[in-house]
Amino acid sequence: MNGLPILTLLTVLPLIGAAIALFSGKHARGVALFTALICLAVALVIWSGLPSDGSMGMVELHPWAPSLGIEYHLGVDGLGALMLVLAAIVTLMSVDASHRVHHQPGLFYGLVLILESGLFGSFTALNFFHWFLFWEISLIPAFFLIKLWGGARRGPAATQFFIYTMAGSVALLIAFLALFLSTHSMDFGQLTQMAASGELETLVKAHLGPVMLWLAIAVLAGFAVKVPMVPFHTWLPAAYAEAPSPVTMLLTGAMSKMGVYGLLRIAIPIFGPQIAQIRTPLLVLAVATVVMGAWAAAAQKDLKRVFAYSSVNHLGYCLLGIFALAVPAAGAAAHASQAAALNGVILQMFNHGITAAALFWFVAMIQMRTGGHRGIDDFGGLRKPAPVLAGLMGIALFSSLGLPGLNGFVGEFLIFRGVFPLAWVAATVSVLGLLVTAVVILTVIQKVFSGPVAEHCAGFADLHSSERMALAPVIGLMLVLGLVPQLIVGSINPTVQNLLAHWRF
Amino acid sequence: MLAWTIYISFAGAVLEVLLPKGKNALARWLALAIATAGLAIGVAGFIAGMGQGHVEIVNAAWVPSMGVHYLLAADGISRVLVLLTGIAAVAGVLFSWNIELRTNQFFAFFFALIGGVYGVFLSFDLFLLFVFYEIAIVPKYFLIAIWGSTRREYAAMKLALYSFVGSAMVLIGLLVAYTASGSHSTALADLAHAGLPVSTQMWVFPLVFTGFAILAGMWPLHTWAPTGHVAAPTAASMLLAGVVMKLGAYGCLRVAIALFPHGLDRWGFAYLGIGSWRDVFALLAVIGIIYGALVALAQSDFKFVIGYSSVSHMGFVLLGLMTLNQIGLDGAVLQMFSHGVIAGLLFAIVGRIVYDRTHTRQLAELETMHLARRLPFAAWAFVIAAVASMGLPGFSGFVAELQVLIGSWSTNPLWTAGAGIGIIVGVAYTWRALQMAFFSDVVPGAHVIEQEQAHTFAAITWPEVTGVALRAGVSLVVGLYPRILLDSIEPAVKALLAGGVQ
Amino acid sequence: MNYADLFRATLPETVLEVAALLVLLVDLGLLRKAALKTRVASAAWIGIAGCGVAWWAVYAAGHAGFSVGSELLLAGGRIAGVAQVGILVLTAVTLLLLVGAEFTRNAGEYVAVVLMAAAGGLIIAAAQDLLVIFVGLELLSLGLYILTAFAKKSAKSAEASIKYYLFGGMSAAFLLFGFSYFYGLSGTTSLAGIRDAIARSGPSPLLDVAWILVVAGLGFKIAAVPFHLWAPDTYEGAPAPAAAFIASVSKVASFALLLTIGSSWLPPQKSFDLRASELARQLHQYNPAWAHLALILLIVAAASMLVGNLAALAQVSVRRLLAYSAVAHAGYMLLGVATVPHYSIHVEGSAVVFQIPGNMGGSANAVLYYILTYGLTAIGAFGVVDVVERATGSDRLDSFLGLHKRNPHLAAVLLVLFLSLAGIPPLVGFWAKFNLFAAVLHADAGPVSLSLVALAIAMSAVSLYYYLQVLKRAYVMPAADETPIHAHPATLATLLLIALAVVLMGVFPAVLQGWIASFGA
Repeated sequence: MNGLPILTLLTVLPLIGAAIALFSGKHARGVALFTALICLAVALVIWSGLPSDGSMGMVELHPWAPSLGIEYHLGVDGLGALMLVLAAIVTLMSVDASHRVHHQPGLFYGLVLILESGLFGSFTALNFFHWFLFWEISLIPAFFLIKLWGGARRGPAATQFFIYTMAGSVALLIAFLALFLSTHSMDFGQLTQMAASGELETLVKAHLGPVMLWLAIAVLAGFAVKVPMVPFHTWLPAAYAEAPSPVTMLLTGAMSKMGVYGLLRIAIPIFGPQIAQIRTPLLVLAVATVVMGAWAAAAQKDLKRVFAYSSVNHLGYCLLGIFALAVPAAGAAAHASQAAALNGVILQMFNHGITAAALFWFVAMIQMRTGGHRGIDDFGGLRKPAPVLAGLMGIALFSSLGLPGLNGFVGEFLIFRGVFPLAWVAATVSVLGLLVTAVVILTVIQKVFSGPVAEHCAGFADLHSSERMALAPVIGLMLVLGLVPQLIVGSINPTVQNLLAHWRF
Repeated sequence: MLAWTIYISFAGAVLEVLLPKGKNALARWLALAIATAGLAIGVAGFIAGMGQGHVEIVNAAWVPSMGVHYLLAADGISRVLVLLTGIAAVAGVLFSWNIELRTNQFFAFFFALIGGVYGVFLSFDLFLLFVFYEIAIVPKYFLIAIWGSTRREYAAMKLALYSFVGSAMVLIGLLVAYTASGSHSTALADLAHAGLPVSTQMWVFPLVFTGFAILAGMWPLHTWAPTGHVAAPTAASMLLAGVVMKLGAYGCLRVAIALFPHGLDRWGFAYLGIGSWRDVFALLAVIGIIYGALVALAQSDFKFVIGYSSVSHMGFVLLGLMTLNQIGLDGAVLQMFSHGVIAGLLFAIVGRIVYDRTHTRQLAELETMHLARRLPFAAWAFVIAAVASMGLPGFSGFVAELQVLIGSWSTNPLWTAGAGIGIIVGVAYTWRALQMAFFSDVVPGAHVIEQEQAHTFAAITWPEVTGVALRAGVSLVVGLYPRILLDSIEPAVKALLAGGVQ
Repeated sequence: MNYADLFRATLPETVLEVAALLVLLVDLGLLRKAALKTRVASAAWIGIAGCGVAWWAVYAAGHAGFSVGSELLLAGGRIAGVAQVGILVLTAVTLLLLVGAEFTRNAGEYVAVVLMAAAGGLIIAAAQDLLVIFVGLELLSLGLYILTAFAKKSAKSAEASIKYYLFGGMSAAFLLFGFSYFYGLSGTTSLAGIRDAIARSGPSPLLDVAWILVVAGLGFKIAAVPFHLWAPDTYEGAPAPAAAFIASVSKVASFALLLTIGSSWLPPQKSFDLRASELARQLHQYNPAWAHLALILLIVAAASMLVGNLAALAQVSVRRLLAYSAVAHAGYMLLGVATVPHYSIHVEGSAVVFQIPGNMGGSANAVLYYILTYGLTAIGAFGVVDVVERATGSDRLDSFLGLHKRNPHLAAVLLVLFLSLAGIPPLVGFWAKFNLFAAVLHADAGPVSLSLVALAIAMSAVSLYYYLQVLKRAYVMPAADETPIHAHPATLATLLLIALAVVLMGVFPAVLQGWIASFGA
């Protein structure tokens, strides 16, 4: 149990890096890169050190404030470790992409690293207090990153982002306060056990009345804002568009996964029966997210907004998978579907993170070369002057589309494989999303890369070697994971089985 | 050992008065030395006292025939608050580094006030407590009247008179308790066991509680606070909001609740759901929380926002006191500490760092000044302070407010709801102030940009950095590891509750 | 009548008279040609020496008292002794303040009159017979009228003295009229005899009239409402050392008298037989008649507290402010006087024992403590006002502007004294108030006492406002004129000593309190 506190180390490393970066001025980017690399290395070590049966590994448990039920309780299973790796990779990508930050770079990278620490913290926390602490910690740097380095309408975008997320946090806090009042525990593991045995609902009813369903809704609302789920998504397009692209990479690559992770770690285990009760409306919302996300993406003219809505769409699949598997008392076949769906969700989280981050990276590079233009109609025939860019971005785009052989396909496939037997109506309607997404992506490719070269794109510089070197591993990862998904699935399947074993609906 | 905090402070006051005029640097360094010594003793006493419970420090007969004793002692609550005073003293000196007018007199009054505050927290004889409580009133008057700003003379007089009226009410209660118990002793322990008749306690309790609560900023007797805070010089408003208001809350707990517990019993009849003094004061506390927050939301003067936010946060303390259960009282004491640290930080930033440079506190004017670029230290220090004030986890306010909410839920869920609303409005007004003062999107006109380039602000000095770091650091440490204080507070509260409070 | 006893009992008074004659001799004889300063200083120091010897004489006189036949004329008990020592000390301090004064060329006469008035005060403090009271009162008052007029060059002084004299004469007439009623009711002029007679006959409307007349007469002396109208003008017009004397010594003497009257209403014996009929008869005697007087005193006290504090709020002249504050303080003390004859009973063996409540001798001691310390503080206050007045020409609030720059020591003394008057710990004024209120509540915790104590405390809070007004001018507001103010070194030394005493007595209240309680025990 309490061996080398590697999880604490991982969480603290970015904070140390942030402290150094704040005062490093011009060299802040170097410090940030170095820190991000070390964090990635540590995350991979954690990944490789996972217990093979899917249970929690590298657990750290110390009493912290017993009278309030607060313990210092960290641990990772496959899901958590995968998210740690994702966060580390996305942060590295983000720092790499941000060499155009000249204004107060120390502060910028400091905030980014604090955000990374927040991510690590919330992916490893097993006690509400700790988890909520890092959940909130990630909010503040994100707000300032948008507000201070963002685009023309950054003020309202940042404020909207803050208010929505804060409201969600309040809902989460109230719900957990209620749980604490009833059970005097803030530990996720304990609460999960109590939920599974039915004791939780009894205790809550005894102390507070029949409010369990409302608590579940509050918790769902908190996460729905973060993912986001329709109709709580309205903050997203503005925030993603106005934020500087490296920050958008973080937002879409990692922060949105906090919401999905929260659903998997907190909402489903503790409020399983309640979610099963309202499964249908939730599925409707998930489908709406999928379809609306895709449809809206099709209507956008700004590349960043296209990809923003596309993110909403892709995360909608995760929601679909999660809500679909909330069925009580399943047989073996249903169990297999659940496992598939869950595997798909987790894979999708990882793959979408990488892919979306990469896409926004490409947008940043394009913006840099065209002096800020990123409208979909601003370009044409970029394939000629910038073949490497076109090629690599093409791979990322196709991955986003879900082309088999690339990483985006596996997750979506598994999700649909799992959802069809469990909720075929929802699955069918969601296919619409797939189709529209395909149209969107192909349109982007056609408008930006094919066709006659637009005049102002004639002098478009291609990727230089440093950029190629930076992007190569990412693209390579997309290919590898597309061809050999077993690399990940092999490690997370035990976790999936373990999770399903503990969940009751 | 802790008694030395008192003696050093008063000795410091005398030394400062005796300094020759014009030696401002000497006055400052002497002040810093004294304040740091006090803090060091406070920390040492805190550590030495961890796990000790109630420790008697000095017990000398003062007027033996009347049973008045010079009785100093400390339990967990006292030690925590002594620690707070030490931090406030050091930070206060640091943020007064730029005072040039009658510097040595400033620090003399400053330490007289600090000495009185230390005395209140360490007194376990009611008469002695009262003496220290009153000693603290006069220096406040002079600090505000001489070195303050907006309407300082009016604000100083108002504050002095309100405090004095409050202490007059307490004196009446003290006299009644003393004489009704046979005039044998004024020690808190003896008076608590004197067994005053319930009918007497029923009217003495609200009198004494209100007397102390005036200083704690209870609605509707809080009006001295915003005026006073705004008029006071930075260090004084840091002390006022940070420590002096806590004197009132401490008095409510240590004197009113501990000595007259039956005053909180049910009356036997209820009107609109209010059936005891406990309900009355809890209601007033919740009103204070919400009212303070709403009014803060509407202010145009930055310092007034912070002033009203103090009223709102003190409402939490009073609400916590009225829960009369372990966790609520723990939260109240922790909130006393937390708010003391955070409020001081807020005032320091608004007053010393911003106002002394920009010479304006109007949010509308600050909006055009782009302080995020021109005073980044102030902006980011305020971000930390604002986040702490909002009650974000990771800082001390979160744990304290959490405890008060939990404590008040078991007594009356409606109070919790009210407090929760207060927290949400609290986020709103803090955010508004943060946005308007530092991170506004107002695009400056050309002439403003010229002005900006012509007029650069004075650089941030090391005392300011140290002061901010000290307070923010303390709030962070307590927020991340609340046990550091809770381990002292919880046993003390338990002992107090066991002493006869229902 | 044994003249030896008389001589021994009146030794302190005699000493003072001798000292007065000596002063006159030295001043008019030896130092005729000397400078004014030397004459003033020598007169003052001889006077002080006289007070010192008289102090010794108080102790040497023993506590015998003096009686003619079975009638006690002069008492030697605790109240008398403490009051006498107090009067002597305060007289000495006012004489100290005289050094350096320039308001009169007739230094020897001034000091002589002071000493004679002080002797009158001593007589009042010890008096146990109506006629003796009157003699002492007239000796004191006539001296005070003269002292008020001593600043020959000042029209205000003359006007004040005339007002004081007319008012005083009228109230002396009232007093005598009241005394005649008492004689009529009891057939004797001795306080003990009067008490016994009234106790036998019980309360009656005639007695109430007598009480009111007496209160009118004595109320004038202590400046209680509504007999206080002379005070503001007198305090304003009299030369400062005289005003100091009026504010302190005459008050001590008058309150000592009130306390004597009050404590004469305590049962003379400590214990009584437990036989039922006797007990019933004896218990009934004492309180009811006093209750009427107590009511009158309480009304006067409440009125004084209210009028004194509220009127002081509006004052622009610091001397008048001090006058109204004196009215207020008299109100607080009257509360104590009203509860002097309260006692508690318990049974010991076959006897019933009467006991004065509280551990410190009850309200009488508390009032004594209060008046002694108040007197000292008032003298100091007048000393400061005098210095400022002489330097700036007026005693208005604005003369104090910037005092902390012009004379920081003086400002510090002012701070200490005024805060003590307001009742801020750890100064003696706070302890005096606390002690007094505790004694009152301990003696009688009924709703009337409680509300009056609450009123007193509330009015104390109000008083902080006007004391702070003066302190505000001294410390906060910018100075109109920054030239330094010089005080005579002796004056400054005296004032600093007074301030130090105020602080020390406040921090160690047990000292004075213990001395009062144990005096003559």
